[in-house]
Amino acid sequence: MGSVVACCSSLCGTQKKQEEERHLRANDRTFNQSYNYAKNSIKTSKYNVLTFLPLNLFEQFTRLANAYFLFLLILQLIPQISSVPWFTTAVPLVAVLSITAVKDANDDINRHKCDKQVNNRKVDVLINGELKKEKWMNVEVGDIVKLESNHFVTADLLLLSSSEPLNLVYMETAELDGETNLKVKQALTVTGEMGDNMEALSMFRGEVRCEPPNNRLDKFKGTLTMNGQNYGLDNNKVLLRGCTLRNTEWCFGLVLFGGPDTKLMQNSGRTTFKRTSIDHLMNILVLCIFGFLATLCSIMTISHALWEEKEGSAFSVFLPRQPGVDIPLSSFLSFWSYIIVLNTVVPISLYVSVEMIRLGNSFYIDWDRKMYHPKSDTPAQARTTTLNEELGQIKYIFSDKTGTLTQNIMTFNKCSIHGKNYGELFDFSGQRVEITEKTERVDFSWNQLADPKFVFHDYSLVETVKEGNPEAQAFFRLLALCHTVMPEEKKEGELNYQAQSPDEGALVTAARNFGFVFRSRTPESISIMEMGMKVTYELLAVLDFNNVRKRMSVIVRSPEGKMSLYCKGADTIIYERLHPSCSKLMEVTTGHLNEYAGDGLRTLVLAYKDLEESYMEGWRQRHHEASTALEGREERLDELYEEIEKDMILLGATAVEDKLQDGVPQTIEQLAKADIKIWVLTGDKQETAENIGYSCNMLREEMKEVFIVAANTAEGVKEELQNARKTMCPEAAEKALVIKARGGLFWLKKTETVEDEKVDEEYGLVINGQSLAFALEKDLELELLRTVCMCKTVICCRVTPLQKAQVVELVKKYKRAVTLAIGDGANDVSMIKAAHIGVGISGQEGMQAVLSSDFSFAQFRYLQRLLLVHGRWSYLRMCKFLQYFFFKNFTYTLVHFWYAFFCGFSAQTVFDDWFITLYNTVYTAAPVLSLGLFDQDVNDRWSIRYPQLYSPGQLNMYFSKKAFVGCIMHSCYSSLILFFIPWAAMHDTVRDDGRDIADYQSFALLAQTCLLVVVSVQICLDTYYWTAVNQLFVWGSLAIYFAVTFTMYSNGMFFIFTSIFPLIGAARNSLNQPNVWLTIFLSSLLCTLPVLAYRFVLIQIRPAITDKVRCKARKGLPEPAPRRPYTRRISTRRSGYAFSHAQGYGELVTSGKFLRIKSRPALFPKTDTPVVETLPQHYRTITEEREDG
Amino acid sequence: MVKEEEDSSNRPDNTAFTQQRLPAWQPILSAGIVIPGFVLIGLAFIGIGVGLFLTSRDIQVLEMDYTGADGSSPCSVCYNLADKNCVCTMSFSIDSLIKGPVFFYYGLTNYFQNQRRYGVSRDDKQLYGDTSNFASPNSECAPYQYISNVPIVPCGSVANSMFNDTFELFKNVNGQSLPVPLDGKGIAWWTDYNVKFQNPNVTPLINAFNGTVRPPFWSKNVYELDTTDASNNGFINQDFLVWMRRAALPDFRKLYRRITDGDYSAGLPAGNYSLKIHYNYPVNGFGGKKKVVFSNVSWMGGKNEFLGIAYLVIGSLCVVMSVVMLIVYAKFKFPEDN
Repeated sequence: MGSVVACCSSLCGTQKKQEEERHLRANDRTFNQSYNYAKNSIKTSKYNVLTFLPLNLFEQFTRLANAYFLFLLILQLIPQISSVPWFTTAVPLVAVLSITAVKDANDDINRHKCDKQVNNRKVDVLINGELKKEKWMNVEVGDIVKLESNHFVTADLLLLSSSEPLNLVYMETAELDGETNLKVKQALTVTGEMGDNMEALSMFRGEVRCEPPNNRLDKFKGTLTMNGQNYGLDNNKVLLRGCTLRNTEWCFGLVLFGGPDTKLMQNSGRTTFKRTSIDHLMNILVLCIFGFLATLCSIMTISHALWEEKEGSAFSVFLPRQPGVDIPLSSFLSFWSYIIVLNTVVPISLYVSVEMIRLGNSFYIDWDRKMYHPKSDTPAQARTTTLNEELGQIKYIFSDKTGTLTQNIMTFNKCSIHGKNYGELFDFSGQRVEITEKTERVDFSWNQLADPKFVFHDYSLVETVKEGNPEAQAFFRLLALCHTVMPEEKKEGELNYQAQSPDEGALVTAARNFGFVFRSRTPESISIMEMGMKVTYELLAVLDFNNVRKRMSVIVRSPEGKMSLYCKGADTIIYERLHPSCSKLMEVTTGHLNEYAGDGLRTLVLAYKDLEESYMEGWRQRHHEASTALEGREERLDELYEEIEKDMILLGATAVEDKLQDGVPQTIEQLAKADIKIWVLTGDKQETAENIGYSCNMLREEMKEVFIVAANTAEGVKEELQNARKTMCPEAAEKALVIKARGGLFWLKKTETVEDEKVDEEYGLVINGQSLAFALEKDLELELLRTVCMCKTVICCRVTPLQKAQVVELVKKYKRAVTLAIGDGANDVSMIKAAHIGVGISGQEGMQAVLSSDFSFAQFRYLQRLLLVHGRWSYLRMCKFLQYFFFKNFTYTLVHFWYAFFCGFSAQTVFDDWFITLYNTVYTAAPVLSLGLFDQDVNDRWSIRYPQLYSPGQLNMYFSKKAFVGCIMHSCYSSLILFFIPWAAMHDTVRDDGRDIADYQSFALLAQTCLLVVVSVQICLDTYYWTAVNQLFVWGSLAIYFAVTFTMYSNGMFFIFTSIFPLIGAARNSLNQPNVWLTIFLSSLLCTLPVLAYRFVLIQIRPAITDKVRCKARKGLPEPAPRRPYTRRISTRRSGYAFSHAQGYGELVTSGKFLRIKSRPALFPKTDTPVVETLPQHYRTITEEREDG
Repeated sequence: MVKEEEDSSNRPDNTAFTQQRLPAWQPILSAGIVIPGFVLIGLAFIGIGVGLFLTSRDIQVLEMDYTGADGSSPCSVCYNLADKNCVCTMSFSIDSLIKGPVFFYYGLTNYFQNQRRYGVSRDDKQLYGDTSNFASPNSECAPYQYISNVPIVPCGSVANSMFNDTFELFKNVNGQSLPVPLDGKGIAWWTDYNVKFQNPNVTPLINAFNGTVRPPFWSKNVYELDTTDASNNGFINQDFLVWMRRAALPDFRKLYRRITDGDYSAGLPAGNYSLKIHYNYPVNGFGGKKKVVFSNVSWMGGKNEFLGIAYLVIGSLCVVMSVVMLIVYAKFKFPEDN
């Protein structure tokens, strides 16, 4: 019943034109149901039991090839036309349909299971004043649900009340936007007052009017009407489906959007069936072939009519016409007869073989040990088995950052204290020693409170601190004091930090291990252990971080009464505010900073300042006034901060490593060499993204310029984009050159392409989400595309999942290029679905990205192997396969065409019926499959050594319309040889005993043997990589051919099936004749020698990169040398990034209301901070069952 | 130890197949192979070509058209077949001995035995002596399936249109015409004679054909094709077998007799001959030609100069091509560096 209602409502929902405003009332189902809002059940499956067969068959027959074969089958059932038995088409067709149907059914069953699991999760719903466990799918708009800690949010909820003070809740939104830090949401005070009072909640009749369902994650607008009062609602009061409740005992929420209306579902694009460009090309070619076939048949029809007119009527003495069949009718029938005879230009086995080859190549991906990640025990997985060859044609890669390029682990790596650099190891000769996992770690056991997971290698720093070096101590004191981290100490000595950004956590943890342990804070004080001694500082002010200031400071008073300001921030900002006496130190530190930046580390500069009591008093007074001012508060505070944060003394600098996944820079370098453009699309803020860009070698110092597009208006964005473009390519036309064309099947699809414009230098571009939103508008998108495609590297930061997909769509729309998206979180799903190929990072808890991906593996670096080895091979194999397949079928079919001129256009086949049946399915199937499964031009090592080998795929060089035309020409030539050489050789000749050999049966045997030998030799020419299997299949096929032929032409078969095997004796009587063999030899050499000569000359005159590398590989030059060590770049670009994504928590920390509540030990009692985790941050997924539930 | 732990994991197997490391031979088209290869193939072809050409040249062929379409031919009187049992005689002379064994062919042109509907218009079961198909011939035989509901045996267009001219050859010696013995056995394939075609297992043979009628164009019943020799009668009559093996091309010749007996075992000696033709087969309707051919054979079969010439031409082209490739190689020789 429920499902029927849900079904109806969802139907009505789609019928409804456009919801303009959502209006709902809490606890009033009847009221809400009048609007037919979608319920909370989701449906991603496509079929049900009843609709499966018709829908699936319909879907399959929309594939051109299947429809064609159905049509052929019908034709063959008409006796007047049938020139070949009907089952030759029916059996393979049924096989193909059923294999596909089984596969589709299996996929859909999985989707059903998944839906069911999610829909059947339980949640507490308030019904009639009582909490009842209900399934998710039965939750309706307007219901009030209760969530508990670590629960997934059921639907998009309006937060009503929570267990926490100030009605706060903490959310993890990793599934939605990939950000792993916790977000704070706060309920309205009026609703918050209800708390967990069931009576109050069940009496609650608030009415909400809000925006209709949409996919904007960061915006929400609505009003709550309660007791005649209106309250504004914003994003901060809404909990979105897909998030997880953390550190909050319970909370109550009012369902606003359910199931398909939720922002999560609205953000995940539709599941579309992906097809490769080769598929599209194949469809077009098949269409062309139909045209070709129709042309051939028309020629045959006209010729038939002429022949019947001239010869046939005269010959009717011996061959009377069938009654009632005159010349026009007979010509018409012959058209269809020739359609059947010549249909093999599009053999059904093409599609089956293509699928088989793709499947085989997918298995290679699953089996590859070099894409297996031992740490997480995750092998690579080809989840879609129909896209392999497209992996060899990728032109654009769109990558997520967090979790894909980086591990999302921050480590305190190096520091510069008073001009001395720490964190690097040197051997006796002064050479820098590379730090590996085996390098001995610093022993922190002297410090009881040290974090055991903290790793540092440079002993000298510990010594320095222990010696009591004042600068070093001040350095770590600053780190222990200047932050907004919340400590949690459940047991004595078991400290846990909850930091809003992992960077900050890393710094505080570093201080902790070096003996300056941050232990607790109150709004007015900070307690730290300084080398084992407890010291409590009075916290006078927190000068919080924001994006403009790029620094934060604290003002504290030590127990001795000394007042100091401690400041950390971006180097450029701090350097401007240093005391002139530091200039020497600044120089040295700058050197260190450059070094760190060169290593891709995130840097911060630390400085302090001692303050005069007298000055401070005045300042505090003004500070108080400013912070309570009603107008211009921000500006006044900024002024005050500016005033006090000057003439500071430089302490040093820290370097935190945002740990990249293994091998990321090398992989990116390799992919760049393969001429693949990599764009990073991340939800992170600009500085982080930029920094990662540098550390993984995407942005480089050699780049002429890195443009930043960060305007807030459409005009601004346009101007910045145009400026960037003009800098890069001043001579480029003002208007983008859009080439409009038609393509696709029947040329129905309009395509617009924008050509790449040539840029001499390398440029980079960083654009933020806000600008991107403007740039993706209709009128600016071309400008964006042009500019962006001129750049070597593009980084988009602060982008929403939908924007990620939009960027991908933009490139897909205007560039005839294959795109690949790689990501690990739910926020990447839409991008993964939008791109031609989606890759998910697996081996982590979150499965959302993997589930919607086409390929998955555990580490970004495997992308290199996936593309450069598997993709390239798959593409090569598929192209060779197709080329060969079309060759063999065209050659085979065209022989019939030539023969027609000698047999009165009567649809007489040249070959024996059994040969026709077995040619594609037996005699030539295995060798071509082995070509498609085993061939490789050069082995994997060479493939990786020379990424340039990848470029032919991007340029569609191996199989295109041009190549296809070439292939047809080749086939025409071969078929001419294959018909006319036997024709000339057998004309008027006899056996060596004078008997007949120019009879039809012997001729058929000769022609088919020639054909088979020629196609076998051709596959030998096409094969680069001769394994034993290839040999076996080629020779085996020939052997089978002769065995089958002799068997079918034997006495025994004739005795048993007299009318089926009439060719008795043909093999014996002709294959013992030398001239037959001489003819076979002649025709096969005549077919292959020109090919050989052509290829040889081509290699000499215009050698392709493949030929060069093959030649190199053959010379047995040593295998590629190990790559040179990664050189450190000299950089002046740095980013100070140790702060939260948003405005800091300074206010929250100092407001302190909730800190006084005894029951609450800490703000963020999360057990682990990212920094102390050795494993990558785990993302939870909404599709997985809760373990504790 | 660590290795052993891996066994239980998801680590893929390390085999040459799964890791795509199957041992393989990777030939490339290097100049060292291609150019000498072309030279060798070219030389071999020229060798074969010369052999074939010489062999073919040695084969002697005597071909005579007797259609009678033009008035000069002695058979022009019979061309329109006004006269049944028309007989015409052609005289010819042989300058030098045609070495034996000599084969005597008849040839037809513009005759479409390879038409699809013609080809299927037969009943192999009937011809295999299956009497059940005597009563109800294969439907493909239509319109030569029944004559007023009496089944035709052998049915179908192929059998119906059997060639029925007969020839007698005489050697004119001193004004006398001596018949040249013609051997009508051993002109069909062994498999046709022994396997594919069988008379029904009924004696006398005529009884098997009760309730059937002969093909409309035939003047004799199939069991009367050779009344003198039971092993050459009925479906296994060799003239019939030769006809039933349909030709691949519209111009064809079929073996009529072998000249191997007696004085002629060494061949047809020089001299004057006359060929007496019983002209029955109509060709004027479709503009075909009829001819007779006397020829001997070699190890490579009948006379066909195409193969020899083709081998010679292609062999020479190969040699030329190898020179061209050598020049290209010397000139371009792709650079070794990247």
